[in-house]
Amino acid sequence: MAKANTASAKTAKAPREPLFHIVKRSSLPFYKSWLIRIIAIAIALVVCGILTFILTGENPISVYGTMIEGAFGTERKIWTLLQDIAMLLCVSLAVTPAFKMRFWNIGAEGQVLVGGLACAACMLWLGNVLPTAVLFIVMIIASMAAGAIWAVIPAIFKAQWNTNETLFTLMMNYVGIQIVSYFAMAWESPKGSGKIGIINQSSQAGWLPTIGGQKYLLNIIIVLAITIIMYIYLKYSKHGYEISVVGESENTARYIGINVKKVIIRTMLLSGAICGIAGFLLVSGTNHTISTSTADNRGFTAIMVSWLAKFNPLVMILTSFLLVFMDKGASEIATVYRIDQAFSDIITGILLFFIIGCEFFINYKIVFNTKHKKAEIAAGAADAASSAKEAE
Amino acid sequence: MKKIIAILLAAVMVFAFAACSTTDDDSESTTDASASSTVSSDLKVGFIFLHDSNSTYDKNFIDAADEVHNYQLFEDTQFIYKTNIAEDDSCLTAAEELVDAGCSIIFADSFGHEDYMIEAAKEFPDVQFCHATGTKAHTEGLSNYHNAFASIYEGRYLAGIAAGMKLNEMIANGEITEDEAKMGYVGAYTYAEVISGYTSFYLGAKSVCESVTMEVSFTGSWYDETAEKEAANKLISNGCVLISQHADSMGAPTACEEAGVPNVSYNGSTISACPNTFIVSSRINWAPYFEYAINCVINGEEIASDWTGTLSTGSVVLTDVNEDVAAEGTQDAIDEAIAALEAGTLHVFDTATFTVDGETITEYMADVDTDDNYEGDHNVIVDGYFDESADGFRSAPYFDLLIDGITLLDTQY
Repeated sequence: MAKANTASAKTAKAPREPLFHIVKRSSLPFYKSWLIRIIAIAIALVVCGILTFILTGENPISVYGTMIEGAFGTERKIWTLLQDIAMLLCVSLAVTPAFKMRFWNIGAEGQVLVGGLACAACMLWLGNVLPTAVLFIVMIIASMAAGAIWAVIPAIFKAQWNTNETLFTLMMNYVGIQIVSYFAMAWESPKGSGKIGIINQSSQAGWLPTIGGQKYLLNIIIVLAITIIMYIYLKYSKHGYEISVVGESENTARYIGINVKKVIIRTMLLSGAICGIAGFLLVSGTNHTISTSTADNRGFTAIMVSWLAKFNPLVMILTSFLLVFMDKGASEIATVYRIDQAFSDIITGILLFFIIGCEFFINYKIVFNTKHKKAEIAAGAADAASSAKEAE
Repeated sequence: MKKIIAILLAAVMVFAFAACSTTDDDSESTTDASASSTVSSDLKVGFIFLHDSNSTYDKNFIDAADEVHNYQLFEDTQFIYKTNIAEDDSCLTAAEELVDAGCSIIFADSFGHEDYMIEAAKEFPDVQFCHATGTKAHTEGLSNYHNAFASIYEGRYLAGIAAGMKLNEMIANGEITEDEAKMGYVGAYTYAEVISGYTSFYLGAKSVCESVTMEVSFTGSWYDETAEKEAANKLISNGCVLISQHADSMGAPTACEEAGVPNVSYNGSTISACPNTFIVSSRINWAPYFEYAINCVINGEEIASDWTGTLSTGSVVLTDVNEDVAAEGTQDAIDEAIAALEAGTLHVFDTATFTVDGETITEYMADVDTDDNYEGDHNVIVDGYFDESADGFRSAPYFDLLIDGITLLDTQY
């Protein structure tokens, strides 16, 4: 506080001063922060519209109409949209407790893949051996265990020897991808093709059942349940509280008697196990095969979903909708206008730039140095200084 | 200043890449335009592509679809393209969406799409599903699911002749001895399609240059520019004096151009990026198949469960020979071989021209019907030659013999 005081005092005395400076906002009412976000999206849409017109000559409004058509055009498209939201959300939910603990788990991609691989192995080896109910229990447990093992290895190293978890989890991705790639060769059909193809295509053993004639409905319900449980877990449980304390300050956590090592390992076990469930849903409930592209970069996209939602599982439904919607819209643009996929990526990039960029204006404000404002700042600084003194 | 230089550099690179991309070769034999039929007004055709036209493989398909689209005078809304469709559930979803959009025939271009196309075919019995490069149509028993391929082994054989003539020229010029006539080949996987391809290329070269040998390196990917370039460089440092490839990036041709080693390309001409080393390229033209299958739907006829395009259907095509690099008389030798192949007097896999472990093959059970144990099920040696992609078997290649004279370097893929 004292430092801020002298800094602003200096600017007040200086003969030449910058046109504006940046001030941290203390807090912003709920509606104002959302107003900023909506304005950012509106500006992004205008910029995209201008760019679309310059590059392709298409009418921007009809391009946006096409995006909405791509996401909601038919009943089938809506189901696919919901399914893709559910899958992205599931991985995002998995990384969230780790992030909240300030443990940078960027290894979700690998954790999902090994979970999926375990599930595929069960389908291949046990698919026609075990009764259906037992098979599903084995598949879920195997997937969760595989994901959890993949996540807990870096966690143990972090807890015991304070290794860098960012690098460790990242590298585990590549090990996971190579293992899946190895099994794709081992189980390939026909020989030499490097592709497994649909597992148990005729018997459908180990395929998650369709309910109500909707093949994705069960996936969506499972993820919805995980979302609610995760929200309660993080917000109301003792574990959730411990996670946020460790995230804020490990020393504080230690001081109030939290076993930090135990929390790190337990949280990563949970994170990996949910990634394993995502792998299970992708293999058993969706693709019925496994390849290195099964996770489809969701492990990395999930980081953005989780951060944009500030680790709130309910808000994450919205942020994963946003990303999936843009993806669906972009591929519809590619189909309808025969434009290269790169163009859709540009539009998505611009939208994300504005959405992430507007967080800056939510956390900070820009103050222009007019004479009138100067006085105000000086007064504000004086106030802050006096309040700081009072606090002392 | 640094920033301006960086931007300039980036711009230069963009243009350089644009220059590297494969250009269309107008001189290629195109299909007979006069065969166009009247279009039934409501027919819609769907296409599922693994990537977009940034991949040479998919570009080859997209160009063929465009060709049919243009000369058969379909409306834009009648041809629906879905690009960047992965080989998983999204392929099934794409097929379902195409059916929703009113398509009565749907094509998919990538091997891994097959199982999902079969699922779609079961779901929509009234819609025709045509899958290029697949192997299961003849055993699946679905009347609306079909496979297609082309006798590209003949194209590779012809390209091999150009390679063999080049080797002969190098021997005649004293650049290499007869024993040093070693070629290199960059393949994707140890898959029958690749084995059939490199063997036919080798036999083409051997038909004019008896002493030729070949080394094959596999990358474990259909598209991996770095790995393909490294594999080509490895082969060149192993003493290979000519390179060909079966993979979809510019990796191998670029490595050849940098090292000054002649290259026989695939999927289309690479002459613009490699003017000093490009000899000739073979490719499959998919337009005749698209046209055939679409006409079947229009006329209410059955589509063959396995369709194999040939030189005479215009499905197997060669680019112009690059006279600056190729040996003299190459075009004449190729034309002669084309005539013999079409007349049926020449067979690429004539068992008299190759041996396996020193033995001539008289009978071979090939794995024509795909199964998990890779068991051979059909004798494919007919009248003294290996009958590749034949009627009654299947369109996708099944030649997987490892013949003498070819060394495989890394077979883990």
